[in-house]
Parts: sequence; C-alpha cells; structure tokens
Amino acid sequence: MTEKTTTGVITRVTGPLVEASGMKSAKMYEVVYVGKERLMGEVIQLNGDIASIQVYEETAGIGPGQEVERTGVTMSAELGPGLLESIYDGIQRPLKEIQEQSGSHYIARGIKADGLDRTKKWTFEATVREGATVVAGDVLGTVQETTLIEHKIMVPPTITKGVVKSIKSGNYTIEDTVAVIETDKGDQNVAMLQRWPIRRPRPTAGKIFPSEPLITGGRSIDTFFPIAKGGAGCIPGPFGAGKTVTQQSLAKYCDAQVIVYIGCGERGNEMTEVLDEFPHLIDPNSGEPLMKRTILIANTSNMPVAAREASVYTGITIAEYYRDMGYSVALMADSTSRWAEAMREISGRLEEMPGEEGYPAYLSSRTAEFYERAGIVTCLGNDKRKGALTVIGAVSPPGGDLSEPVTQATLRVTKCFWGLDASLAYKKHFPSINWLTSYSLYVDNFSEYWKENIAPDFEELRAEALETLQREAKLMEIVRLVGMEALSNEEKLVLEVARSLREDYLFQNAFDPEDAYTPPKKQYGILKSIMTLLRAGRAIVSAEDFDFDDIRALESVKKLPRLKDFKGDDIDVQYEEFQKKLIEELNALAR
Amino acid sequence: MTTIYKEYKTAQSVEGPLLVVDGVSGVTYEEIVEVAVPGEEKVRIGKVLDVNGDRAVVQMFEPTAGLQTKDTKVRFLGRTAQFGVSSEILGRTFSGAGKVIDGGADIIAEKHIDISGAAINPYSRRFPNDFIQTGISSIDVMNTLVRGQKLPIFSGAGLPHARLAAQIARQAKVTTGEEFAIVFATLGVTFEEAEFFRRTLEETGAMERSVLFINTAADPVVERITTPRVALSTAEYLAFEKDMHVLVILTDMTNYCEALREVSSARKEVPGRRGYPGYLYTDLSTIYERAGCVKGKKGTITQIPILTMPDDDKTHPVPDLTGYITEGQFIISRELSKEGIFPPVDVQDSLSRLWSAGVGEGKTREDHSSLKDQLFASYATGREVRELAVVLGESSLTETDKAHLRFADAFEKEFIAQGEFEERSIEQSLDIGWKLLTLLPREALKRVKDDMIDKYLPQTNEEK
Repeated sequence: MTEKTTTGVITRVTGPLVEASGMKSAKMYEVVYVGKERLMGEVIQLNGDIASIQVYEETAGIGPGQEVERTGVTMSAELGPGLLESIYDGIQRPLKEIQEQSGSHYIARGIKADGLDRTKKWTFEATVREGATVVAGDVLGTVQETTLIEHKIMVPPTITKGVVKSIKSGNYTIEDTVAVIETDKGDQNVAMLQRWPIRRPRPTAGKIFPSEPLITGGRSIDTFFPIAKGGAGCIPGPFGAGKTVTQQSLAKYCDAQVIVYIGCGERGNEMTEVLDEFPHLIDPNSGEPLMKRTILIANTSNMPVAAREASVYTGITIAEYYRDMGYSVALMADSTSRWAEAMREISGRLEEMPGEEGYPAYLSSRTAEFYERAGIVTCLGNDKRKGALTVIGAVSPPGGDLSEPVTQATLRVTKCFWGLDASLAYKKHFPSINWLTSYSLYVDNFSEYWKENIAPDFEELRAEALETLQREAKLMEIVRLVGMEALSNEEKLVLEVARSLREDYLFQNAFDPEDAYTPPKKQYGILKSIMTLLRAGRAIVSAEDFDFDDIRALESVKKLPRLKDFKGDDIDVQYEEFQKKLIEELNALAR
Repeated sequence: MTTIYKEYKTAQSVEGPLLVVDGVSGVTYEEIVEVAVPGEEKVRIGKVLDVNGDRAVVQMFEPTAGLQTKDTKVRFLGRTAQFGVSSEILGRTFSGAGKVIDGGADIIAEKHIDISGAAINPYSRRFPNDFIQTGISSIDVMNTLVRGQKLPIFSGAGLPHARLAAQIARQAKVTTGEEFAIVFATLGVTFEEAEFFRRTLEETGAMERSVLFINTAADPVVERITTPRVALSTAEYLAFEKDMHVLVILTDMTNYCEALREVSSARKEVPGRRGYPGYLYTDLSTIYERAGCVKGKKGTITQIPILTMPDDDKTHPVPDLTGYITEGQFIISRELSKEGIFPPVDVQDSLSRLWSAGVGEGKTREDHSSLKDQLFASYATGREVRELAVVLGESSLTETDKAHLRFADAFEKEFIAQGEFEERSIEQSLDIGWKLLTLLPREALKRVKDDMIDKYLPQTNEEK
C-alpha cells in the first residue's frame, strides 16, 4: 500500500488561486490549509498531481515551496443548535469570534473559528423512547434554541434505519452523544452537531406543488406579484433602485419562520445596518425580536472573493437544515450577481474557456442548481412533516441591462420576477417594482387560498386593478401626443384611479413602521376602496355634460391617500363604510 | 542588522508594465521588488503579480522605458508594499507612490503600514449616523451626507465637479463643529486640476489639516493603482489611530480604472465589459469599502471619490460598478450647468442611501424628512409639467400645473443654485424649501403633515 500523503507543496500563486503539487489523493472540494499562515482553502480542480485551490483569505506573502495541509473532509457547514442569531462570514466563521481573535476591527488572516459554540450546554428533550425504530430525518428530541424556534434534533441522513439503543434528556454540549442508534453497520452515536457538504442539496422525501403565498406585507408583492412558500423569485435592478431595501423589508416582515440573509459581496455598512436593526425590530407575526429567527451571513465586497463564492452555499445548506425540521424558511441572497462575479474571477484564474461576457460556461447550470434547492418538500422521517424553503435572489445587472448573462440565467429558473425600475426610483416611487414588466407565475396556484383567507372577489379585484394600470400606460401615450382634452370622461376616470393605485397603494414607505407592513385583509380593504371609485364612477362620469372636476372635488376622493392610515380592529367595517360613502357621493353627482 | 535579499539577474521579458523573471525561489505573492537597471542610480519599484514555480511576473510601478533584460538586477524584498506614517504628515504633499514632493524633509516614520489594507469586519463597524453639513442646500436637504459614508460625484467632461468637491472640502463640518482632516489624492488628472485643489486648500488655510497625494497625467500609469491605497492607508492611520475625522477625496477614479485595464490587458486576462477586467468590482470595493466608522474608535473615514462618466453615460462600467458599491451618488447635471446654475447637482438622480440616518430631530430638524419628500415630489411634478408644456403649449396647463412649473423654476434658481462661497446652515436651507412651497396650493402638499405645514410654512399675504 502506498503511503498516504497529507501535505502538498505550493507551485503557483495568482490572486486567490493557489496550485500545489503532491496532491494526487486529494478530493474535489476538500478543505486544505495553505502556507505558513495556514489560510483556509478548498480544492476546486485536480489535474494529475496538481490541485488548484481557491483560498478564502488574502494570499499576499504566500509563495511556491510553502506547504499545503490536507484535511480529508469536503467543505461542510456545521449544523446544530446555536445557528440562530449568529452572524457568519462566507465560510461560517462567526464574525464576533473573528473580531476577538483578530483583536482589531480588521479581519486578520489564518483565523480558525468553529461555526457553533462547543462549550455551551443546551437542554435536550428526548421525544422518542429507547427501543423505537427510527429512519433518517426522524426527530429524536428538541432543544429550545430561541424563544421562537424549537430546534429539532434529527436522525442524520447518513443513518437510513435503526433502533434507538439509548437516549436521554439532559444538558449537553453539541458534541456530546445524545442518542445511540443500532443499525446494520453497528452502533452509531448521534450528537446535536451534524455536518453537511455545502455543495450538495440535503435529501428530502420529495417535492410538493406550492399553493400558499408567502405573506410579505408589501402591497405590490402580495397583491400583484405574490411569491409562493417554497418558491423562487428574483429582484433585478440597477443600483439605486432599491434592491437591498426590498430584500431587507422581505427579511423583516415576511411570514417565514426562519430567515437566512446572505449579504454576498455587498456593502459593509448595509450589513452593519442589519446587525444593528434586527435585534431591535419586532416581528409583526410573533412579537419577538427579528434576530431570534434570523441567521446572517456577511461576506462584504472587499472580503475575499472565494469566500463570497462559498457564502451562498453555506447559507442555503443552513436554510435546508431548518426546512428539514418542518419550518418555513426564507433565504435572501443579496446579490447573486456578486456570487457570479466571484465564479467568473476564479474561472478566469483557472484559465477556463470563458462563455458570455467572461462568465464561465457553467454559470447557468450553477444558477439553476442553486434556485432548485428552493421548494416545499416532504421531509425525511416517518411523520411526513412539510418544510418550505423560499429563495429570493437580488440581481445587479450592469447598467440595468437585463439581457446580461446573470439575469438571463436567473430568469430561466425563477417564477417570480420583481423588476425594479430606475425611472420609478428616479421619481422616488418605492418599492420601484415595475407593474408592467414584473410577473408572478404562482398567481394561479393561489386562487383557493385567496378565496378562503382574504375575500372571494380578491382575485378578480386584483386582475381588474392590474388591467387599470395597464390601460393607464396606453392612455398616457395618447395624452403625451394630444393632451388630456382628447380623452373621454371614462378614460379620465381610469387615469384618476390608476394614479391613486400608484400613489396610494403601490407606493409604500419601507422606513415608516406603520406603512411598511400591510396585512392581506387591509390590502384588500384599500384596494377595494380605490377600485370602488372606478366601478361605481364609470356610469356616472359617462353622463353627458359631466364636469370631471366634480370627481376630484369629492370628499371621499380626497381621502383616498389616507386609506392606508386606517387603524383598529374594525378595519373591515371602516373600509366598507368608506366605500358606501364614496358611492353615495358619486350618486349625488348624478342627480 | 543587514538583511540578505534574494537578487536575480534572470529577467526574461518586459511587456508593457510587466517584467518576467525566471529561476527565482522563495518568492511570495504581492512581494515588493526593486529593479536596478545597469547605469541607473535609482532603483525602480514593482510588485509580484503571479508566481508560478520558478517564474515570477512583476508589475512595475514605474515606467518600463529603458528597462533591459540583460544585466538588470532584480531584488525581492520579502515584504508587501508599505508606507511610513507619523502625525507629521499633515500639511505635506506626496507623489502618487508616497514620496515627499513638497521640497520638505522626509517623514520620520512612526510606523510602516501595509497599503493594501485589510477588510473591516462588518461586525466591528458602527453604522454611520452623524449629519455632515456641507452648507450646500441640494446636498444637505435633498441628499444628506453622513460621516463614514462613501458618496461619489458622478460628473462628465467639462463639468464643475472640482469646484463642488473643493466647496465640500472647505465647508464640511458636523453639527458639533468639529472639522475634518482632508486626505486628497489625484489620479491621472491634469496639472491644473491638481494645482487648483492645492491652492484652494492653501488659500483657505485648510492645508495644515490636509495630506495630498499627487499623481498627474504625466506620472506613471501604474503608480495610479497604488495612489488611492497609500491615501487610504494614511486616512486609516489618522482616523483609527489618531482619532481624527477624515474626509478622503479621490479624483478621478475613471483614470484609476483605465490604469487597471492597462495592466490587465498586458497580462492577457480575459476581459469583462468594455475591456475592463472581470474583477473590477472587487478591486474597486477594496478602495471604496475602506470608508466607515468602527466600534470603539472615535475617528471616521468619509469618502468622496470623483469620476467622469464617459459621454455622460451612467451605465459605463466605471460609474456602474461604483454605484453598486458606494452609498449613493451625486450626479452633476449638464443641463443645469448649461443654464448657469451652480452647483449643478441633479437632485432627482442623485441619492444618498444613508440620508435617513443623518436627519430628523436632534440631528437636523423634525420637518427635514417630510419636507424633503415634498420637495422631491413637487419638483418631479414641476419637471413633468415643463415637458408637457413644451409639447402642448402653456395654454393647456391647469392652474395647479402652472404653479408647479413656477415652483420648479424657482427651486432651481433659489434652492439648488447658490454661490460657490455661500455657506448655508441646514436651517437656512430648510427654510428656503418651505418658502418655495408657498408657490403651490396647499392641497398639493401631500407628503407633509398638517401640523408641520402650520408650524413651518410661511403665511402668504392672502391667508393673512
């Protein structure tokens, strides 16, 4: 038998890419430590004796002749209690720990930090008895991780079937054995800490067709372009159009139970804002601080580019882990374009044949693989619990040009498209989701849900409002050519209603705590009130010699902008009364 | 103590700014290299860009004209690029590579710092939230600048961005009255532009709290890649070790990116858009992200990079990638500039992402946020009406439309326009805004609440 080599020697260094020889027995995606400072890296290409390694830290001072130490394990995420409320870099090192070890506000090199605290003791409550037969994914016990989330300790996917030989409730660290399972391959110890390779999707028992919307409190999204729990959506937009604000609003207010927020190659101050804000913000669905359900991954633009490439995989693996417990998880990646650029940079250094705009030819397959990890699934385990993972990726197309490769690769695999529009942002209309170009392919899935949970006529109302907005765009072309006078009164009414839809409904202030979150029932109330003007007004304005200015002078019409300020438990009644009064005023005009 | 350096006479080829040396050993990435050409006294400096087995590719910071492969001595220094700093550097002028060029004595370094810097841990950052008063209404009210922010000026050829930057540098202060130390770096600009800034700083007495790094169009192209890093290392030293509030002005970043493109093409790398390297975003971020505030340190770094958009095109890779990293942008409007309005800031297209952190009660004034929204909305309507009036004629406008038109004109002439040496306090700027709102019917003021209107809107004669 040949001697097993565990070290190699560096032969080349160029930016974040290092080549080493003597790596014949290395595995793809194996973790290695490079150079005398022991910088963490990952094998990304094998060629005979030579391995190409992407290094997760700055490589200045590294050179040929220095050693590469192999670990034999592939790049994996640590999974277990303690993930929630954590703030990691792209390779799951806690930023707080990095700060302590660096002793400075700068990120020092060669820092090793475990993703999860090894010393903290958690209270484990066993939920199965000794002697029970279990399969992969079965819940062995629970840990109250935060006030919001009960962490489920599951039989790891690597153990397909077995009998619980021993299990005991008590206080344990994550490395302590909490249960022993007897399998065909002998006894297996199960600890709360598990590992999963980040580039491989976690197994499930199967996917389910999504039929329930993720409620976000955003009027434009929930009403017009809803996303499914377990769906995939993308937010492309040029800079300044509000991608990050939209992503953050989603992370704050959507009704998922666990949020994984990946700041991938974005601004440092933005991550700080999230870090400052989330512990103080209260989740409107549970009344607890948002941080209790959130995991943050912050790999800012100036942090090493290879770790940026890994960050989305680290994030989605953690998200899948909570999905497997049966939770509804939402993952926000801001921005996937930076991830693609990281791939491009590494690919360029590997001297691979480039595809479009220098991106590697595997850009679209990697993108598709990533978004396909979203979905509503039947989890492994006998109880057939369901978990959902919704993935929302921001895309930053250069120059706002949607024909570029990253946007196109993303559009092919996401079913929700929230197109942010620079011209709307220019007019300070936020969220700048363009209602003419955006779409959601999930709308048809939600008919039942809307009927039961919002109102029987919601779907119809929504379609009518969207049509009004589309008519406005056409009418405005006419107005631009020949002026308002050329329009009939009915057309003027359409414009008036569309204006109200834009200004009083679609416009939403993400920085105003009252306005930022609108529950679905309230959305219905406002929308119906605005549309009442069109429905009831149509016949009246069509009368001969009708002076259209009379409409604008109506008390109720003047009150349209205040509709979103309605408060109280009897909000439904308030909107109904408003609609009644509006109809009365309109009818009075007819006389 | 003498250090033995590795010295080689095995230079193989010179191509553009790159020198290839064979037969080397123990060389590391980013290491600094001294190149001695036979018959020349001064050594030329470069750094290792790629090391493959026994072959090193060196990027020269100085021109390669006159460089030869025969008998040239290449010495590897075993360390990365550093810059010697001390508190004595205030008031001094350096070349783009960090050499003293003001005729004074060399700096006795208190400490040598690595110019490539390290990334600030996002966890250690403090969110910027101190209002900076620039004394310019279009910035202070509409696109508020905050201490620790990076906010570039997007300009075009022939527009007065230099005068605007100089005005900001002169007038910037925080409400507590503290002044900024200024670190100013020119990248490939003309001698006149560099001289304009130097003089402005000298004439206003700001020079003694400034450090200048001058790389003009006549200086080596590759030096430009080092200049912003030297400048920012100095800024970091002043801010995080000397507790100063530092304002960094870098002009012109477009020249920087072109230098980067030149090196990239010499290395035969696969180009991204318009020939710029695919890593331009990452590279720019290692400059722009060196702004901010950190926990436990009093000092801060605020960055105002200036760049010219080729053909005023915001989608050109340089402004585009910059906009994705910085926290907003000031856009200089050619249209306003032609009308003689100074500073010609396009308030609608400009954006300060951190404005909300800098405004409100206790920082500026309670009415700031809603007044700003109202001014934006009314100005936008006014401009739409103006376009409409061109097509359909003024006679087709309603009374409200006409009021908005008057408002838009007055807004440009009285609010945006101000003297180059006119410094307005935030209260003055806000009051001008309210005064202009009297041109509009009260029903049109939807974004300001009634109690604010009662408190701040000046009474018109009619109402009295």
